[in-house]
Formats: sequence, C-alpha cells, structure tokens
Amino acid sequence: MTADVLEIDDALAQYDPVMGLEVHVELNTKSKMFCGCPTEFGAPPNTQTCPVCLGLPGALPVVNRRGVESAIKIGLALNCEIAEWCRFARKNYFYPDMPKNFQTSQYDEPIAYNGWTEVVVDGETYRIEIERAHMEEDTGKSTHVGGATGRIHGASHSLVDYNRAGIPLIEIVTKTIEVPGEKAAAVARAYVSMLRDLLLALGVSDVRMDQGSLRCDANVSLKPSGSTVLGTRTETKNVNSFRSVERAVTYEITRQAAVLSAGGKVLQETRHWHEDTGITTSGREKSDAEDYRYFPEPDLVPVAPSREWVEEIRASLPEAPSLRRVRLQEEWGFTDLEMRDVINGNALELIVTTVDLGVSPAAAKKWWLGELARAANESGKDLGELGISPTDVSNVQARVDKGELNDKLARQVFDGLLKGEGTIDEIIAARGLALVSDDSALIEAIDRAIAANPDVVEKVNSGKPAAAGALIGAVMKDMRGQADAAKVRELLNAKLGI
Amino acid sequence: MSDLIRKTAAELAELMTSGQASSVEITQAHLDRIAAVDADVHAFLHIDTEGALAQAAAVDTRRAAGEELAPLAGVPLALKDVLTQEGIPTTAGSKILEGWKPPYDSTMVKRLKAAGIVILGKTNMDEFAMGSSTENSAYGTTHNPWDLGRIPGGSGGGSSAALAAYEAPLAIGTDTGGSIRQPGAFTGTVGVKPTYGGTSRYGLIALASSLDTPGPCARTTLDAALLHEAIAGYDPMDSTSIDQPVPAVVAAARNGDVAGLRVGVVKELGGEGYQPGVEARFHEAVELLTKLGAEVVEVSCPHFQYALPAYYLILPSEASSNLAKFDAMRYGLRVGDDGTNSAEKVMNLTREAGFGAEVKRRIMLGTHALSSGYYDAYYGQAQKVRTLIARDFENAYHQVDVLVSPATPTTAFAIGDRIDDPIAMYKNDLCTIPSNLAGNAAASFPCGLADEDNMPVGFHVMAPVLRDDLCYTVGAALESALAEQWGGVLMTKAPELEVTR
Amino acid sequence: MPSITREEVAHLARLARIELTDDELDHLAPQLDQIITWVGQVSQVAADDIPPTSHALPLTNVMRADENVPCLTPEQALSGAPAAEEQRFRVPRILEED
Repeated sequence: MTADVLEIDDALAQYDPVMGLEVHVELNTKSKMFCGCPTEFGAPPNTQTCPVCLGLPGALPVVNRRGVESAIKIGLALNCEIAEWCRFARKNYFYPDMPKNFQTSQYDEPIAYNGWTEVVVDGETYRIEIERAHMEEDTGKSTHVGGATGRIHGASHSLVDYNRAGIPLIEIVTKTIEVPGEKAAAVARAYVSMLRDLLLALGVSDVRMDQGSLRCDANVSLKPSGSTVLGTRTETKNVNSFRSVERAVTYEITRQAAVLSAGGKVLQETRHWHEDTGITTSGREKSDAEDYRYFPEPDLVPVAPSREWVEEIRASLPEAPSLRRVRLQEEWGFTDLEMRDVINGNALELIVTTVDLGVSPAAAKKWWLGELARAANESGKDLGELGISPTDVSNVQARVDKGELNDKLARQVFDGLLKGEGTIDEIIAARGLALVSDDSALIEAIDRAIAANPDVVEKVNSGKPAAAGALIGAVMKDMRGQADAAKVRELLNAKLGI
Repeated sequence: MSDLIRKTAAELAELMTSGQASSVEITQAHLDRIAAVDADVHAFLHIDTEGALAQAAAVDTRRAAGEELAPLAGVPLALKDVLTQEGIPTTAGSKILEGWKPPYDSTMVKRLKAAGIVILGKTNMDEFAMGSSTENSAYGTTHNPWDLGRIPGGSGGGSSAALAAYEAPLAIGTDTGGSIRQPGAFTGTVGVKPTYGGTSRYGLIALASSLDTPGPCARTTLDAALLHEAIAGYDPMDSTSIDQPVPAVVAAARNGDVAGLRVGVVKELGGEGYQPGVEARFHEAVELLTKLGAEVVEVSCPHFQYALPAYYLILPSEASSNLAKFDAMRYGLRVGDDGTNSAEKVMNLTREAGFGAEVKRRIMLGTHALSSGYYDAYYGQAQKVRTLIARDFENAYHQVDVLVSPATPTTAFAIGDRIDDPIAMYKNDLCTIPSNLAGNAAASFPCGLADEDNMPVGFHVMAPVLRDDLCYTVGAALESALAEQWGGVLMTKAPELEVTR
Repeated sequence: MPSITREEVAHLARLARIELTDDELDHLAPQLDQIITWVGQVSQVAADDIPPTSHALPLTNVMRADENVPCLTPEQALSGAPAAEEQRFRVPRILEED
C-alpha cells in the first residue's frame, strides 16, 4: 500500500509538526555493558558471547563502569542533571534476538535528565530540550532467510547472531521539538548530526552510522496550524543516516497531513523507514499487547555516582561546542559567513581533524566545502558518510603542496576515491594523474604551441603579453592538464622574452 | 551395606585424613546406597557415577601426593538441579530444560570443585523451585524417607531427602521462601539459608532474584557449617554478593554456647493453624535453650502477617520476567517448529507444553502484578510491605540477638494432599518467608517428632544480616542437648528404608 | 465481581506467551481470582509514606572494570540450540519486526 501524501508546502500550510527524537548510540567500550565479552564489529557470528549476554539460565549481569562513565559524560555534555541515585529496570517483551526476553534498561530513573543543546540551521540557532539519557543494552542481530533480499516478510526462517547482544547503548530522548514547520526536518537532521560530532568529540562512541552504531527513531505528530492540541504520534524506526532523518520527518509530515486532511485518523503505531523508496510503512500498532511491565532490575544494585566522580568527569570534558566554534573561527581566520557555511555543511569536525593533520585551514575548507560537499550533495549523503577521511584529504593536499598534483588533478583523485578505485597512489597511477615536472617535456610542448599559434606569438610580440594566456591554455591542453600552470607560464615567459 | 553412609561429613573427612578410607570408597558407598534406595525415594534426577568417581580419585591422588586439602575434600554431595554444572544435565525440574547441558559451572559448583567436594548428581525439586513438596517436579515426586507416603517438602525436597535417606552426607539447596529450611524441617535434617548475598547466585537458575539464596543442607549442624564455609563469600560475578568476610560459622557450630544469648519468640508465628505436635516440640526446644542459659522473651513482628501475600506478589513478578528466557530459541525444548509456524507461535506452544501448572499460575500472577494499571496496587505495595517487614526485624534485633519460631506450621503432609489448593500449599512457608524478604540469615534444626504422626519438626532460627553464625550457635546448642536426651541426633530415629537392590 | 476475568487471564497468557488451552483457562481463571483476592490484602497495609524495597540489601555502585574476559566458543554457545545454521541460532520465521 502506498500512502497518499500531500505536498510539503500544502501540509505545512494546514498543520504544525511536533517532533521528538530518540537516538540510540552504541558506546565504544572494550567490553559489553554487563559482561566481559568484546564489542568488535564484524566478528564471526556468536564468537563474542558468554552465558551472560546469551541469557543462559543462571547467568548474572555486572555493570561496566566505563559504560556508566560514558553515560555521565554524554549527560553532562547535553547539560543534563546527573542522578544521585538511579536503577536499572527490566523492559519485558519477547523477541528472538533478545536473549533474556527483557531488555536491561532504565525506566523512571535515568542516569541523566533535564538537559538542552543547540543546533544551527541556516544561521538560526534552535534550542533542543533533552528529556533524558539512559543506559541500556543492544540486542542480537537476525538475518532473515528465504524471503526477498533479507526482508522479514516472506522469510522461511531467521538466523540469529548474539555478538551485538549486550553492547552498551545510551538512549538520548528529546522533549517535544516545536520549530517553524519548514525548518522541522532540517532541525532534526542538524540535531542528529550535532550529536554525532559531540559523541565523537567526547570519545565515547565511534559513531559508525554504516555499522548501525547510531540509530534514530523519529516521533512525529501534527496539530492544526495555531492549535495547541497535540495530535497522535507515530514512531518511525530504522532511520539511520542524517539525510534519512530529514526525509523521514518530511515524509511523515506529508503522509499524516494527507490522512488528516482526508478526514482520517493517524494511528499510534511504529512505522518503518525504507531508505530505497523513501517512504514509511506501518509496523505494529501500539496496543495493550505492548505492556513492558517495567520493574527495578533485581540482579543489579542501584548506581549512585558520587558528586566527586561527576565533577571529575565534568572537568575532563572537551570545551563547550559554542565556545569552541568561536575559538576555531579566530584560529582559522574565517569570516562569519565562512564559519556558518562550515557549520551548516557539517564540516566542522572534519576540518578540525584535517587541520590537525597539517593541512592549512583554507585548503581543508576548500576541499570539504567544495568538491566533497558537491559529491555528498549529489549522493544525498552527509559529508561524514562519504567514505573520505580527513587523512585522505591531508594526503591529497600534501601532494598538491609538493607540486605532484594540481587542484584539477586532485579533484580527479577524490573522484577516484569516491568511486572506490583504490588508494591515492593507485588512482594516480591508473588514471595517469601525475603532474609532468620534467622541464624538457614542457619545453617541447611550449615549442609545439608556439609553432601552432604564430598569430598569438605575433600579438605578444606586438606588445600584448596578456595574449600569452592562450598559449598556456594550449600547453595545458597538450599536457592533458598534467602540468603545473605556474611552471608553464614561467618557461613560456622565458621563451618569449617577456 | 557400608556404614560409611551413616557417618557425618566431618567424620568422613577425618577417616580420609587418617587414611582409614579413601574418597573413592566413600563415594562408591553412597552411589551404592543411591542404587539401593532411590527407586523408592526418588531424590535424584541425574546421577553422575563416572564424574563423581573421577573427582574422588583425583582427591585421593592429591591426598596421596601430600597436598594440603580443604576440610571437606573427598566428601560426596548432592546438588540441587537448579545450579549449573558444565556438561551435566540441568533441568530445574522442568520439561522445558530437559536434556540441557550448561556450557559453564555455577560459582557454587566452582567452589565445590575447588574444595574437592565430590558431586554425586543432581537432586529433584519443584519445577523452577516453585513449590513446597516436589510434587511440581516434571520428573515425579520425591518421597520422604521418614514415610514414603508423604512429601519431603520443597522446593529442595530432593536434597533433603537424599540426606535423610543416607544417599549423601551433604547437599546444596536454594532458599527463596523456605526451600532449604522447610524440607530440612520435614526430613529431620539441618537446612541453612545464609544471608542474602552471602552465597553467590551466579549459575543458580533464577526464581526470584531478590530472594534466591543458595545454602548448605546436612544431617548435623557442624556439617552444615563446614559446607557453608566452603561455598560462601564474595563473588564478583554476582552484583548482589556481599564483599565482606564470611561469618565464623564453623567456630559457632563447634562452640554452641547460648549462655546470655537473647532469644525472641515471634508472637505472630504460632497459634491458630499450627499443628499441636509442632508447637509442643518447639516450646520444649525453647525451654531447653532457657535451661542452657539463653534469655528468652516474646517479640512482636506485626507485619509478618502480610509477608506471605507480599511474597506471592514479589516472587511471581520477578519469576515471570526471569522465566521469559525459556522461549525455545537458544536452548531447551522446542515445540511446533514444523516449518510453517512462526517464532512467536513456537514460543507460545513450547511454553505451554514445557511449563507445569504451578509455573504457569505464577507466571500469570506475576505478569498481572506488573502490568500497567496494577503495578502500584500489587508489586509496588508489596515492596512497601517488604520495607515494613525489614523494619519489624530491625526493631526486634534491638531487643534480642536471634528470633525463633517453628520452621513450618505442620509436619510433612501426604502426597497429593494440597496439590490443587495453591493457597493452602503457600501457607507452608508462613514462618520462613519473612527472612527472605528481609535478606536475613535463617536456619531450621531438627527438634523432635510430632506426637500426632511421628514426623520431624523443625526449629527455626532467624539472625541479622551477616550473623549467620548465631543460627549455628543456637542449632549446635540445641543439637547437643537433644542428642543427650535421645542418645544421638534425630536422624538416628528415622525408620530403615527398604533396600530394593 | 471477580478480581480477574477469564478474558483478562487469556490476555495475560498472550502477554506471557503461553498458549493455554480452554480447559486450562477454565481451571486457572477461578484459581487466579482466588489468589489475587488473597494477595490483595497487602493493600490493607497503610504504607503511603513507606519507601518500597526492591533489593534485600542496600548495596550500591557494584561495577566492574571495562576489561575483556574469555568468551564461550561458538560451539559452546550453540551447544544447546534446538537448531543452528551457519554458526547462528536458527529460529522459525519471525512475524513482527522489532
């Protein structure tokens, strides 16, 4: 079934969206939340399990101190209060990839609560209130067999790998976000992207979205424009890239608007986001069958972080993002406008890392906001999801600085990297991108250009040196761009006696 | 029949130390006894003949090599089937775990093995320890060696019956609401529920996590204390384990001096509903303690009357969640996997087929007590009652050192008597449950036979957290005074079992 | 008025994933009703100002260092599996997405 949708402008003309975002982030601890199994991604199936994370009869959990510390870090960075005393709770529901058929989580006593943060969209700052950040554990992973392309529907059976079961998760929940309708989707995207940067800066997660270590659920509801009565919300799951967050929110706004304007009712339900088709489909309806029967986890004792510990962690936090932005702008010598582009383009952390690798701020900005931003835009990905690392940028720029590449060739190297053609050296070799630094080859090309363009030489000789530009163009063309233009001009000028 | 099986664990240890018997001989004697009487008693679900003899031989070899061994090295033991032992079938008395062989040892088993204690096999129990009679075992009822027509108590009826039938000198039980103490009382043996957190729960298949406590069972106070010392102590694998020294239980059991000890008789645990023969033996035992120099007073614990209903909310709630993992996906029984049924359907069918009536009853009750709209009235309120009961204990311990009561309102009843009257069955645990709710130490010691039926009566001692030693002090005093009267411990009065082989 | 109806018991069975038979429901519903009425006496205790106790002992902050310990081998992990395939637990088709 394809749900009818309204045009976004029509939807926003009639309704105001209200959002809530739940982000799950996998921590980068060495061991799982409640046992000593490793957390490495991509290990062979069921090689990182033990009685505890397999939920074997008799096994008992013990809390990972670093998991708690990371939760407190995240809480503090989001300006939350840190609980003086809190407990884990069991969230009871059956699912084959959940070993104990309850998730060890936190319920009404989260470790961090009542915080806020800010995101910038189109130069405007929006404040986002944080409801809570709490600790929990991940589930195993099911592979569905026998159906179409790994889908659950039509599958004959499933295969479960519990390596991921028990990896620590922090769930960060916003309060309702109400921003001008036309900004809602972009704010949602900016928020998730900001969280990614923050978590990286805190060093608590690798935030590999391609590996599912940051996952977003978007709650969306609509209320008639100007009304204060909240509508029924849906929870869209499986929204796992920045662009998807934006698209899924937009889609839900247009879908719900279509339902409501046709006189229908929005169902309170879980919906699934489909990256390929760009739509959400109905999951399960929230019904009385969904009664999680939370109660305090009797196998774990309460966590009561001392204020000394909390202050120690606070002192170890990196500087606040807003202060840091001011400092970086000054260090880099960017204008306000340039800085805004950097932030809107989600390039801040990438540029920081690139500059740390020895690239000038101007060059780092040129690549990330130029060629790479263009590629990201075309593929609908975020800069950080492109597969190009700050190290790649630094290595390419180093070759430009050494005169082995010019900007035009460098762009081709990036193109090759984006297309997965191998390492920088392999791409340069395969595409034949090295600059010709051999003077004799250049002089031969210059001789050919002079011979082929007597009229231009005539003009230069008759006192119009600017006409030499055409000769440089001819030489560059002859060299198929693989020459340093400055060098060509130098040699040509000498030849022509200018 | 070898007289090795009549010896206490302490005596067996002495025989081995002095070279008069080997662990293999002792182990074989007990295996022979099991073969001879267990068809009638049905204390065991699994007998690990090969493993036990191998363990015994290893101890003998180490002893021969002059190694320093733990006090109980080489003594055989019966293990309740609720604790995991690597490679040995572990069912918790349930069909849903039939054939499951755990890939790991519980902390309990690790400690037993480290102490050189020989594990004979796994003992019968009510399914997932839910019951007071072993009638809820999926593998048949255990019979009380004092009267094979009666139940041995539960849930750890298999462990206590094994002691009373001389199939093992030592056993391990687990006590959630009385599952060590009540079978101890019903079989004329000693059963100790250590302080919650004093013994590790790692590898104990959970019934109610905040109540479950593994502990020692034996025929004498000293044997129980020796076993207690071997298995107790901090375990980093159990978050609720107490990181403090083990109370000096062996010293207390050897000393047994109650002179000056303040003993409180709990007013609320007696009277209506208590069998006259039980009350008579209990009061005689209290008299005896007075003669031995204890200062006996009556103490009121007004909220104990709510302990049983509070317990039957807290336990099923935790159990409903603990037992959710038995879903046919990763281990155990799987029913209805015919290639068309969904995982959800297979879970439903398996749990229907794999769980017995009492387990279903309690899962349903717990699911109800935790569900939205009922939580505050049931589970929440029960937890408040738990606080009040803990305060009753606290107040009492300002006045006295230990509290005492009968261990059970009645003696062991006939098989089948209460099987379909859950509330009557639950009332077996009236006296034992408060200590589980508060986490205190408690124990049952034999104090004679009831006049009505000649069945054993248990004397219940409750002591503050980490004062397990006080239980042993009282138990040892009582035991030696009674032995003087009787000319031996109560167990010597047990009828001879017919040997079927 | 029973404290719990047959329909509610059927609902609990669905929540608890137990496929009860009609006979069982007939037998269980009145039993549960009786038990629930009996345990309901806890509500007679006035305890509004009493804090609930979730743990027997007041321990806090029991944590372990973030260190790895040896895992089970995949063979051990799968040793009890009713069915296994490609070193994974094989389970029947799953109806609902999580």
